[in-house]
Amino acid sequence: MLRGHLTTWVLALGLAAVPVSLTWHGSQALAAPAGTPADPAHLDRGAYLVRIMGCNHCHTPYKMGPRGPEPDMTRALTGHPGDFKLSPANSAGDGWVWSAAATNTAFSGPWGVSFAANLTPDPDTGLGKWTEEMFIATMKTGRHQGKGRQILPPMPFENLGNLSDQDIKALFSYLQSLAPVRNRVPSPIDPAEVQR
Amino acid sequence: MATAALAAGLVAVAVTQQVSRAAASAALDPETLPQHLTGTGLNAADDPSTVAPGVRQFLPQYPLWSDGLTKRRWVSMPEGASIDATSELAWDFPVGTKFWKEFSLKGRRIETRLSWKSSPSRWQMASYVWNEDETDAVLAPPDGIPGLVEIVPGRRHSIPSRSDCIACHGASKTGPLGFNALQLSNDRDPNAIHGEPLGPGMLTLAELIDHGVLAPAPTHFIADPPRIHASNPLTRSVLGYLVGNCTMCHNGGADATPLGPSLSIRDLLEDADAAARTLTDRPSAWQVPGSPEGHSVVVQPGRADLSALFVRLRSRAPSSQMPPLGTVVRDQQAVDAIGRWISNLSR
Repeated sequence: MLRGHLTTWVLALGLAAVPVSLTWHGSQALAAPAGTPADPAHLDRGAYLVRIMGCNHCHTPYKMGPRGPEPDMTRALTGHPGDFKLSPANSAGDGWVWSAAATNTAFSGPWGVSFAANLTPDPDTGLGKWTEEMFIATMKTGRHQGKGRQILPPMPFENLGNLSDQDIKALFSYLQSLAPVRNRVPSPIDPAEVQR
Repeated sequence: MATAALAAGLVAVAVTQQVSRAAASAALDPETLPQHLTGTGLNAADDPSTVAPGVRQFLPQYPLWSDGLTKRRWVSMPEGASIDATSELAWDFPVGTKFWKEFSLKGRRIETRLSWKSSPSRWQMASYVWNEDETDAVLAPPDGIPGLVEIVPGRRHSIPSRSDCIACHGASKTGPLGFNALQLSNDRDPNAIHGEPLGPGMLTLAELIDHGVLAPAPTHFIADPPRIHASNPLTRSVLGYLVGNCTMCHNGGADATPLGPSLSIRDLLEDADAAARTLTDRPSAWQVPGSPEGHSVVVQPGRADLSALFVRLRSRAPSSQMPPLGTVVRDQQAVDAIGRWISNLSR
């Protein structure tokens, strides 16, 4: 199940597992605080937003559980596993437009292949070197680091851009409070027809 | 004239009457962008076909690649104001400063962009789109206009969204990108990629210093103008190209991209070869096709094809290309020069 790629039914199953995963997210909040101490209420708000906005659905690798695919909270918010190899996706044709990897952290569609980012504060592979300003700019502009390439589907940045600065700051504080996990997520892959 | 210099035209022929007229036409509501370019102060109130008195044209020596479009640039400042040059390579402009940049394709104007410092902490940015007859340019919507004009077959020029303007220019700090001591230096690089000769009346660094527009005045730049000090002309021009096209983000500053390579203008002025070596064999988070996974580098001496800098500069695929926005057409002249430069590098 975790080998190769799967089509979108995996995503549908993943979404069906939301009620299960929500209970787990609660116990994951405020794990291993690091860096500058933050207001607990601020962190709680960030943790709450992560839960209700479904960040784990793409940024936490899925595994197969007794009730189907579910986020592997031992790898919470670590993004697409760098060591998880994928064959080329078969997203086009017969009414299918895009497909998702078994981990629900990699997605293939007209935009190419996108990989969910590592949101933990690892300095080399996650958000460890990001500033709050940069994180806000990313959410507001839909551009990587606020000034780079477009953030790709299925990241719902159009929705996230409507968050208040205060909520984005809470999100950032919470993510920075997580234990850093080293996991180098691959760069996005452009569609074959526009590569080079 | 003292520090009124720039708004006063910087030239001896500028007269108070002209300055007053320019200032009056340029008076804008600090929160509202005019609906028409004519309301921004670029053109003379009594003759929209001419540039207003006090508005000066300039030409950065290392221009940003804009898909081969022809560009003209102007600046104006409020009367009596000066640029804070306490940091002589990172200027702080007075409130009311305005920059314009006009984009043309095959002789027809497409858009004119405005950067306006409307408060001590805010640059407002917008584009004005020219009509077919070029009789009027109207404020573009905040989301821009995707794919307005075809530049080459299959590639179209877009009017940027205001958030994309901010992505490069910054909303509060950075402002203009091509108006600084190196770009306006009187020691211009004759081999600058897409470099153009200065036209009559175009501003230079020396003129800014002479007329007291920079405060404090970096007078040492008169005798020793800023220059990328490199061991050979190709390195100088390539690094200049990177200044014009990359260092708006990759500059090592506080809001710079945290994981990417960076070049500081200060380092380039002191020892450009040493600055260039910081790119050599530097790990790149972006995977270079053909490089062993996890071992990509920014510049691999002798192997342009395995250098992220070259591969991304050559690319115009949306998630790979550099710069990531503002261009949809490969800059072949730059690709050739940078490819040659990397190929010539030795370990």
